[in-house]
Formats: sequence, C-alpha cells, structure tokens
Amino acid sequence: MKYKSVFDIIGPVMIGPSSSHTAGAARIGKVARSLFGRQPKWITISFYGSFAKTYKGHGTDVAIIGGILDFDTFDERIKSALAIAHQLGINVTFSEEDAVTDHPNTARVKIGDDAGQLELVGISIGGGKIEITELNGFELKLSGNHPAILIAHNDKYGAIAAVANLLAKHQINIGHMEVSRKERGKLALMTIEVDQNIDQSVLDDLSLLPNILQVTKIVD
Amino acid sequence: MFRNVAELVQLAESKNIKISQVMIEQEMEIKEKTYEEVLSQMGQNLDVMERAVAKGLTGVHSFSGLTGGDAVLLQKYIQRGQFLSGEMILDAVSKAVATNEVNAAMGTICATPTAGSAGVVPGTLFALKNKLNPSREQMIEFLFTAGAFGFVVANNASISGAAGGCQAEVGSAAGMAAAAIVEMAGGKPKQSAEAMAITLKNMLGLVCDPVAGLVEVPCVKRNAMGASNAMIAADMALAGITSRIPCDEVIDAMYKIGQNMPTALKETAQGGLAATPTGKELQEKIFGVSLNKNN
Repeated sequence: MKYKSVFDIIGPVMIGPSSSHTAGAARIGKVARSLFGRQPKWITISFYGSFAKTYKGHGTDVAIIGGILDFDTFDERIKSALAIAHQLGINVTFSEEDAVTDHPNTARVKIGDDAGQLELVGISIGGGKIEITELNGFELKLSGNHPAILIAHNDKYGAIAAVANLLAKHQINIGHMEVSRKERGKLALMTIEVDQNIDQSVLDDLSLLPNILQVTKIVD
Repeated sequence: MFRNVAELVQLAESKNIKISQVMIEQEMEIKEKTYEEVLSQMGQNLDVMERAVAKGLTGVHSFSGLTGGDAVLLQKYIQRGQFLSGEMILDAVSKAVATNEVNAAMGTICATPTAGSAGVVPGTLFALKNKLNPSREQMIEFLFTAGAFGFVVANNASISGAAGGCQAEVGSAAGMAAAAIVEMAGGKPKQSAEAMAITLKNMLGLVCDPVAGLVEVPCVKRNAMGASNAMIAADMALAGITSRIPCDEVIDAMYKIGQNMPTALKETAQGGLAATPTGKELQEKIFGVSLNKNN
C-alpha cells in the first residue's frame, strides 16, 4: 500500500497552493538540507517538466529554498524564503530545463559550501508525497517519510551484513533497504529506511565498521 | 488493516463501532501511538482548517489575481436571505471556496486529500457545525471518517490530478466528505459507503484542466460543487437510497477512467479550460509566455 497513514490523506498542513508543486518541493529541499547537515553557501536548482513551466505561479521556487533553509511545509517563512536566503548571504540560482524526465514534477538540487557539496534529484508524486531518485550520482528510492540512514561504503562483501548486524544489536528494525553502486567493487550507497529516529551514537558506531566511508541520516 | 470500503464497513459493523473509530484504531496500531496522541494530531489539522475558513471569509486574493473574494460574496448573499437552494449548502460552498482561496493565495491549509481539493471536507464540516452542534471530538472524528475513505481511494485508485484527473482530487474529497457527513448525522457505516458511492459516481470523468497550471481556475469552484454534491449525496443516503454499483466498484471505475484519460486533461494545462482562448490569454498574461512552447 502506497499510503499507510490517515495523515497522508488528511494532511500535510502546508502553505498553498499545490501539494505537489509547493509542499512536495519544500520536502525535497528539506531532505537535501537534512542530508547536507548544515546551511549551504550556494544553491543551484534545475526544474524539469511541469515544475519548469509553472514554478513561479506555484511558489515552487520559494518552497524548495524554504525546505533547504530547514522550513517545514507549514512554515509561513516559506513565502519569503528567497529574501531570507539572500539576507543569509546564500547564492541562489534557478534554471528551467527542457529535457524530458521520467516524472513531470522533477527537480535537481545542488547545494554546497567550502567544505563540500551535495547533489540530488527529487520527484513530487502527489498529495505532498515525494521520492528522492538520485543522490550524488547514485540511483535510489527514498520517500523522506520515514527516518532513514544513508551509508556510503566500499562495494565489498560483508559491508551490508555488518551494518544489518549492528542495527539488529541496537534493536532497530529495517523497513526498506536498497543498495546502489556506480561500478562493481568501487563506491556504493546503502539506503535504509527505519521505523524510529536514530541516535547519533548508532551512526558513530556504523561509521567505525570496515568499508564504511560516510554515514548520514534523515530524521522523520 | 482494511483494504477496501467493504472491509472497512464490515470491520465497523462487526465491532459495532463507527468508521472513525476503525480508522483511529488502525492509525494507533501503525504508528504505535495512543488514542490521545492520534486525536491530538488530527485536532491540530482541524485547527488549521478552521483558521483557513475564517481567513478566507475575510476576503483574500491570489498573486495572479485569478481568484479571491467569492467566499465573501456568497456569505453576503446568504445574509440577504434571498437564496434559492439552501442556507446550509451555500454555507458549505462558501467555506469550501474560502479554504481554496486561502490556498491559492499561499496561505496555510491542510491538504484533504490534496491542496487543490482542500476545501470540500472543511467546507461541509464547518457548515454542519452550525446545524448539528458537534463536540470538538466529533469534529475530529469527522476527519478520521473522511480519511478512512480517502485512504481506500489513495491505495486502490489515486488522489492525484496528474494521475487521475479532477475526479481523483475533488471527486475523492467530495466522496470522503459525504461519508463523514452521514456519520456525523447519525447514519450507519453502510450509509456512509452509499453516500461516497453516490457522490463519486457523479464526479466520474471530471478532468484536471487548470488555467496556466495554477490551482485556481477552475479548482476553487470545483471545490464549491464538490461540497454541494457531498451534501446532497449524504442526504440521499440518509433517506435510505442506495447505489446500485457498490462503492469499491465505483472507485475502481474512477481509477480506470483516470488511466484512459488523455494526458492533456491531467494537470498539464494543455487541454480543457486551460486550452480555451481565454484560458490561454490568461496564461500568457500571468507568465509572459505560453506554457505550451515546449510541447
């Protein structure tokens, strides 16, 4: 079942006008912020399909920047998110792309600062629900509706088992898990959706496992 | 867990509880939350809806200038007492319009089930409030009942205009509202299902053709008609009228109609009202360019 909670139907509370073009865009931005873990210095957004054609009328631009500023879908500050980003000295650029994507509501988000950068692709599938389909070049499927752990690791045997074992030791149940790699034996990414928020100590333990390169989380 | 309307009604009847209670119990189980926590969360959504209706009734206008102020016009019309249809229907319609006008103006709303169809459920609920004097808990239950039917539609068909047309958004919202009205008025679970079926049957085939791709024209007025449709269908079900086609089959029909609907009529601003001369003119005025340039 795609929708599991009554609050997927009666909800979210949000700034209008569109659950897909406004609330969904804010959620895509917020996932990017959550994964980056800090306020970026620059933001580059590329809109595709319906997003590219109607983003100004729907406030998709302010919503996605609002999300990157860590605002929720119902935060009134979303309306002035572009001005707030400007005041914070964040460099923001938008582009409208002509390329045809799999989903009509697609956005590519690139954010960064002197210490690093992050790039993801998000789609908005209706009623405010979103999916992240690409992260730093890895294909994945992440709803952003559950807490999740993202683990960059070496594509070696035992890496996945070690992570699963450690989560089991902490009595953390895995709801959904995916592994993606660019090339055999090189860099890979584990995406693990779990039922409860994860303590930092668990992330620290995970990052100490062999072949694990980087651990980040998305909170519910 | 119920998968369709038949199972939902069966669960309520076998336990001798209301549809809203079935939904509340399922939510408690899935989220591992207490009764109070689940009710409190829905209570917050109710508060948002109430504030949106109140704000809309003060008169708001969207940035594009396409929509706004109609909720106020209707309320003034009701006060003059010369209306033809019925005070409660018009009250529901004005409050549905109020919510969607706030939505179009980038105000805060609660998606029910989407932002574009956010007016129908609160519109009918707050009109009913004056007539039935429900407790706050009963108003919260209204939202759970609406949510239960929306849950079935979302999982077995669609609540997205891009996927299923307006029948999937305002159609679903109207069916959800009709079912919840019946429960609040003291109807049986089965009558809620009949009201949902009757409503949705009369929304089948409705296309999603927003002018300039904005959630304004005709969305605001479609919420108005969704609210009135829900009220009439609820009255019919409470009168003992049943749908010859069972609710689950109506939902399935809606899904299949949505699949067969041309893309131009599914939230792309390429067909229907969006493609009329006036629709295209408004689009060019708002965006400065035609949205159809790449297609």
